[in-house]
Amino acid sequence: MSSVRVLVGTRKGAFILTSDGKREQWDISGPHFAGWEMYHVKGSPADPNRLYASQTSGWFGQIIQRSSDGGKTWETPGGEKMPSPGSMPAGASNKFVYDTTPETGKPLTTHQWYDGTQHPWEFKRVWHLEPSLTDPDTVYAGVEDAAIFRTTDGATTWQELAGLRGHGTGPKWQPGAGGMGLHTILLEPSDPGRIYIAISAAGAFRTDDAGKTWKPINRGLKSSYIPDPNAEVGHCVHHMAKHPARTNVLFMQKHWDVMRSDDAGESWHEVSGNLPTDFGFVIDVHAHEPETIYVVPIKSDSEHFPLEGKLRVYRSRTGGNEWEALTKGLPQRDCYVNVLRDAMAVDTLDSCGVYFGTTGGQVYVSPDAGDNWAPIVRDLPAVLSVEVQTLP
Amino acid sequence: MIRVILPQHLRTLARVEGEVQVEVEGVVTQRSVLDALEARYPMLCGTIRDHVTQKRRPFVRFFACGEDLSHELPDSPLPVAVARGAEPFLVVGAIAGGS
Repeated sequence: MSSVRVLVGTRKGAFILTSDGKREQWDISGPHFAGWEMYHVKGSPADPNRLYASQTSGWFGQIIQRSSDGGKTWETPGGEKMPSPGSMPAGASNKFVYDTTPETGKPLTTHQWYDGTQHPWEFKRVWHLEPSLTDPDTVYAGVEDAAIFRTTDGATTWQELAGLRGHGTGPKWQPGAGGMGLHTILLEPSDPGRIYIAISAAGAFRTDDAGKTWKPINRGLKSSYIPDPNAEVGHCVHHMAKHPARTNVLFMQKHWDVMRSDDAGESWHEVSGNLPTDFGFVIDVHAHEPETIYVVPIKSDSEHFPLEGKLRVYRSRTGGNEWEALTKGLPQRDCYVNVLRDAMAVDTLDSCGVYFGTTGGQVYVSPDAGDNWAPIVRDLPAVLSVEVQTLP
Repeated sequence: MIRVILPQHLRTLARVEGEVQVEVEGVVTQRSVLDALEARYPMLCGTIRDHVTQKRRPFVRFFACGEDLSHELPDSPLPVAVARGAEPFLVVGAIAGGS
């Protein structure tokens, strides 16, 4: 019988939640890396027991953890204790150094700061880890300050795909309120050369040559808070999602506005429709119905909690515009949590399961595509990310 | 042998309990102690000082013999008591608020 493994990153550690295909009874493992901020934990589609985790701390910086047994044990790749002193340390799994070499990098060293001046790029943390669809040792990392890195040796070493940061618009990127993070990485199953990424607050970008060259894909986005609301870059994209089988269809939760593209991001149009508010962070797509999408509307950019104290997931079965509130099993009074951008996921069981975590420490599951919800856990630290693996 | 006391999170990361001991050849300085520490425990690379600049991370402090040595130059000799192994070199996570 199939089972699911939910990988939860929180402000104070990671948790692994497992259940059989009914998704009623759950085992909770954790906290792993107790006390550390776990921005993201994700498994390899090519080897489900290979997991990668981004572990960060304001004191001790970035750590990358890897598991080869589904999260039972972890290691820092290349960081094993040396048998005797004097050996040169490997210890580069947490070394994210921007590429400024004349050969492959770009001599681009600044981006726009909050006050409009130019500011040097400074690595802060890894927001998102996206394992390759085909190779367990290849992973992409989205980092703050915004850049994309890749490892091909199981996270032992990382190299920047510098064409993104240096393609030309970099000096116009600026941090959002939460920093200038590259938070979304979408790999296209039908075309290994195509990758979509999104940055707050620069916008969405696409490569068609496996990361060598990139282009902004923000036409149709409108952001009234920037000087040119139709600018090529500068948009605060909160998250993007796509169905693996739909090559050119993308969905986006922007700072405000829920957007859709049918041409691989060349143009976008708004599909907020009848949502009570179109501010929010998460967006995801049903595993088997490419036109069924989910968002969690949040009141506003100054009040990061649900409208009216009611936690409601909204589902559209029409690819946007027509939305229905999903409330069964979710708190409908006095609820003032947030759902952060990487904190929603779907499984691929026949009855598609939908999962999301809150800043109040709850992780909810709906085993029936959103009709009914139940908490898996209620009292974790604030949830930063949720991923799910469907296991045979 | 130089005795080093790590903060709890780094002890967990390095999978050690209590203090660790490292061997340093030549003058015992912050740099030589940290070099030896990272050589023995490569998972600590980047957590105490920056990978590239080798500067102390802002919220990490160094203490020994009851004194804050955080602003000493990396190549200044550490106190004799540390060099002799009588006193430990402490790596401390600064009390810096947080959530």
